[in-house]
Amino acid sequence: MTDRLAALGRSGLELYRFVLFAFGLFGGFLYWLLVAPWKGFKVRYSEVARQAVRIGVNAVPIVFLVNFFVGVTLAITVADILRIFGPIEYTGAVMGVGFWRELSPLLTGIVMAGYAGASLAAEIGTMKVGEELMALEASALNPVRFLCVPRLLAVMIMVPVLTLFGNLFGIYGGYLICTGLLDISPQLFYDRMLDPLKVKDIWVGGLKSVIFGCIVGLVGLGQGLQVRGGAEGVGRATTNAVVYSIILIIVADCILTVALYF
Amino acid sequence: MADASNPPPNPLPGNPGEDGRDGQFQKGDVIIRCTDIFKSYDGRPILKGVSIDVRKGETLVVMGGSGHGKSTLLRLMIGAELPDSGTIELFGQDITKLKEEDTYAIKRRFGVLFQSGALYNSMTVGENISLPLREHTDLDENIIDIIVKLKLELVGLRDFEHLVPAQLSGGMKKRVGLARAIALDPEIIFYDEPGAGLDPVMLAVIDELITGLGEKLGVASIVVTHEMHSAFRIADRMVLMHGGHILAEGTPDEIKKSDDPVLQQFIQGKAEGPIPLRLSSRDFAEDLLGG
Repeated sequence: MTDRLAALGRSGLELYRFVLFAFGLFGGFLYWLLVAPWKGFKVRYSEVARQAVRIGVNAVPIVFLVNFFVGVTLAITVADILRIFGPIEYTGAVMGVGFWRELSPLLTGIVMAGYAGASLAAEIGTMKVGEELMALEASALNPVRFLCVPRLLAVMIMVPVLTLFGNLFGIYGGYLICTGLLDISPQLFYDRMLDPLKVKDIWVGGLKSVIFGCIVGLVGLGQGLQVRGGAEGVGRATTNAVVYSIILIIVADCILTVALYF
Repeated sequence: MADASNPPPNPLPGNPGEDGRDGQFQKGDVIIRCTDIFKSYDGRPILKGVSIDVRKGETLVVMGGSGHGKSTLLRLMIGAELPDSGTIELFGQDITKLKEEDTYAIKRRFGVLFQSGALYNSMTVGENISLPLREHTDLDENIIDIIVKLKLELVGLRDFEHLVPAQLSGGMKKRVGLARAIALDPEIIFYDEPGAGLDPVMLAVIDELITGLGEKLGVASIVVTHEMHSAFRIADRMVLMHGGHILAEGTPDEIKKSDDPVLQQFIQGKAEGPIPLRLSSRDFAEDLLGG
């Protein structure tokens, strides 16, 4: 029991230290993005576009699958509960608020933790093991400016975009159930969906997606930069990137929801 | 060396300006000066007060057994790590005291050939070589393409620019790494085991390139190597690192004639001699017990 507690404590300490490192990395990101360009160090925007395609566009199918099927499942579950009280047309209301404010940012963030976070950690980690990062530094190219800024910027742009798609995919899944199986008319679904939806729900969802994108990028890149050893170290960093990202996304989601709605 | 009729050269002449190019160095001037360098990892000392000078145009070969600090010294010289104490002056500027951005002007003046080649795997061979040119110069793309072809020709890899590193053998990667290291026509080139993985003919080609760069262009070369035949072929001066110190230093002839048993065991590659191949039983027991 004591050993387990000690192991838990070590894991917590490791996560805490990593979060501090990630904050430092974010400071470096802000410096190379906002300050350094005034000193002649350009941001590689063409690389941002390339990474946005690699990280974001290629993730559209998996974001569609996850959000769509969760939308279908959620609609059936909610309708089952509402049927007890009568007004099953309010399923649309739950779908709208649920996806815009909560589900799509969370689901897309978690999907991207697995898709982009792991990929970033493995890519940067492999570069570190192969001395590519040292080669960059020796060539007077800062790895944070050269590698991390374009990738983090791409993730922070693409996660909100994918979250927007995720909203549409998820709500469309619910819409198919409501109109196909529950005899709710498309207009009624649409009206009920918009009734409780506030502008605040939309911007909160957007804010969450930006923060989750930031977490995915920082954790993936940070784990890659901290790789030690060879292939085993890269594997460990990749696993840590996914686990830490999911933990931090869920904790951040909880904090944001409590802070913004209570 | 400097002409004797002129005043003796300032050992570290000039005060490089912001572009790092203002300091004028003549062949024979000291362009790297490491003074009393200490470095340890996790409390284990690797370098214990190493001091060394490198002059413009000379080829310095650094020899030593594994774990005796030669690669660490190289990493410190290129600014990849900081020493625990001591100073490292490149072109008259102490890089241990500079902010990272201030080291860039200095780093543009040297090239590094890493042991594995350290090519950027997501880029083609041509992109690897052109990267420093694109990032640090305003050259036209056509000019950059020509320079890339010239550098590849120098290392015997004509028409390889469209391949990716995964399509190359270990030796080819190393040659591409060398082409990248010389892309900006540096004044210093650091080589980490340049001969490892190369066939004898290509090793001779690389050796000729190293000596040619020194003789014709005044490039200083710092070569970390175990290849004794190659080392004696290229060196103007050699040092042997042992136990975190510089054990011996001199010209190839002086090194050959030295009667130091450690040096002789190393350069002759003998299994028997004063260099311990195994830990003593006491050290081994301490290691096992974490002492």
